[in-house]
Amino acid sequence: MGLTLSQKILAAHAGKDYVEPGELINCKVDLALANDITAPVAIQEFNKIGVDRVFDPDRVVLVPDHFVPNKDIKSAEQAKMLRDFSRRYGLTNRFDVGTMGIEHCLLPEQGLVGPGDVVIGADSHTCTYGALGAFSTGVGSTDLAAAMATGEVWFKVPAASKFTYYGKRRPWVSGKDLILYTIGKIGVDGALYQSMEFGGEAISSLSMDSRFTMANMAIEAGAKNGIFPVDEITLQYIKGRLKRDYRIFTADPDAEYVAEYEFNLDEIEPQVAFPHLPSNTKGISEAAGLTIDQVVIGSCTNGRLEDLRVAAQILQGRQVHPEIRLIVFPGTQQIYLDALREGIIETLISAGAAVSTPTCGPCLGGHMGILAKGERALSTTNRNFVGRMGHPESEVYLCSPAIAAASAVLGRIGSPAELGLKEVD
Amino acid sequence: MTITGRVWKFGDNIDTDAIIPARYLNSADPANLAAHCMEDADPTFPSKVRPGDIIVAGRNFGCGSSREHAPLALKAAGVACVIAPSFARIFYRNAINIGLPILEAPEAAAAISEGETITVDLATGQITSPNAPEPFRAKPFPPFMQELMDAGGLIAYTRKKVNRHA
Ligand code: SF4
Repeated sequence: MGLTLSQKILAAHAGKDYVEPGELINCKVDLALANDITAPVAIQEFNKIGVDRVFDPDRVVLVPDHFVPNKDIKSAEQAKMLRDFSRRYGLTNRFDVGTMGIEHCLLPEQGLVGPGDVVIGADSHTCTYGALGAFSTGVGSTDLAAAMATGEVWFKVPAASKFTYYGKRRPWVSGKDLILYTIGKIGVDGALYQSMEFGGEAISSLSMDSRFTMANMAIEAGAKNGIFPVDEITLQYIKGRLKRDYRIFTADPDAEYVAEYEFNLDEIEPQVAFPHLPSNTKGISEAAGLTIDQVVIGSCTNGRLEDLRVAAQILQGRQVHPEIRLIVFPGTQQIYLDALREGIIETLISAGAAVSTPTCGPCLGGHMGILAKGERALSTTNRNFVGRMGHPESEVYLCSPAIAAASAVLGRIGSPAELGLKEVD
Repeated sequence: MTITGRVWKFGDNIDTDAIIPARYLNSADPANLAAHCMEDADPTFPSKVRPGDIIVAGRNFGCGSSREHAPLALKAAGVACVIAPSFARIFYRNAINIGLPILEAPEAAAAISEGETITVDLATGQITSPNAPEPFRAKPFPPFMQELMDAGGLIAYTRKKVNRHA
């Protein structure tokens, strides 16, 4: 029996030719990541192990991004623990206010992740790097502490489901719409413990930024990881960025999948996920008209240059509706700078958007845009759980940057088509 | 080890933002986590939960974030054990790693009601309810997790491993 893409990568990192679903393996990791929420707990646990160094100072990365720039004294103390640890153990890759970004936008951009890698992060959206053909998955702080010491982690080899996309994309449909549609079909535990393997002709024309968005939300279907085959678009992206060797793996033709899904893009319109689950999706035609108070564009899901570009294209020469607060937070300093140079930031600010320094802030209801009781947000982030962006009685709707920007102008959920806009490639 | 405790019931897909909302994660202090445990699912939970109580929930318990603060909050609030038909995978790992007993038991999760006092035998996976004629059976832990727990959790296990190589 053949191996899936994830199984191939795991086997290679466990020094085996063959692994099977459910098998427990000990794997070498290429990169171990944590942030200012999860690293403090990991550091505490690491200190109990009794080693005086990390397994490789080039391969442990701690990114303060959730409550940074420090939102209050407690978060300042948590972030300081990361800074002290990074200094003490001589970590090579250090990012902080001024150079940092949201971890899952930052690491690929900085060339720290490549095809064929095994990456673990004490953050559930570590699955984002599957877009590059890496096996990457979220773990807890204790797992991370052990990996920082040993460079190894235990895995139960996941079974896989295959997701094939074909047909032509309809106007204003992005990677975000495809993944929301997919989660809507299979549910928030539709791929529980599994690897989601994405493929098909419609995927091969998808940009790297859209692939990151899709892999990012694999966890929202309960998956262990989401992964894309490596192609020209991947290689173009890592060129000049990736500082290490990499290996391209491919799934065997006779690999076994527990389920295979096919989606025809002709049938997929822009999607909106209603509260309080990412699987609660409806097409824009059904969602249009709902009034909102705040629109958020950014996060590790949709805070990349392509996302800001689409938003600016829609907001160009238009104004944010007077009843709407539009908050844009670019994923990294580099994305911010690129957007500035392209004139995107000026367009957004002229339209009435507040543009923030990179941070997780509003995405997790941390700071910089919390919702009051009864308020409703439309957001390009990945989770709309109860209380995710503020008061437990506030509501979050999820969508793509195009729908978010158009809705910010309309003052209610709606599409760019309603503004008479045509998508340009 | 057996646990006897009073049951609190919750539905499907209880996510980590419900178990411990992100707005409180600027501190990992157990008292802070306990004070807000399950608050967005049931605001009265932190004030009514007592040490030794048991949570019986629906499918996919612990979905969402990788935050270890979720099992830590349950432990700090005194929850002795969680029973559900299925758990989200990172939550499952985290709970084992920090020593919060969790049991996958679909029949038990469906049959047991709020307020019952049930007994859980962790070694055998047997769950006894006063309202059920027969005890329920939970899936046993895979051997490697058993090994981790016998060592006293992942950190103790790793400490042993590192020192063996030293
Ligand atoms: S942007 Fe949101 S989902 Fe992404 S890492 Fe930050 S808090 Fe998590």
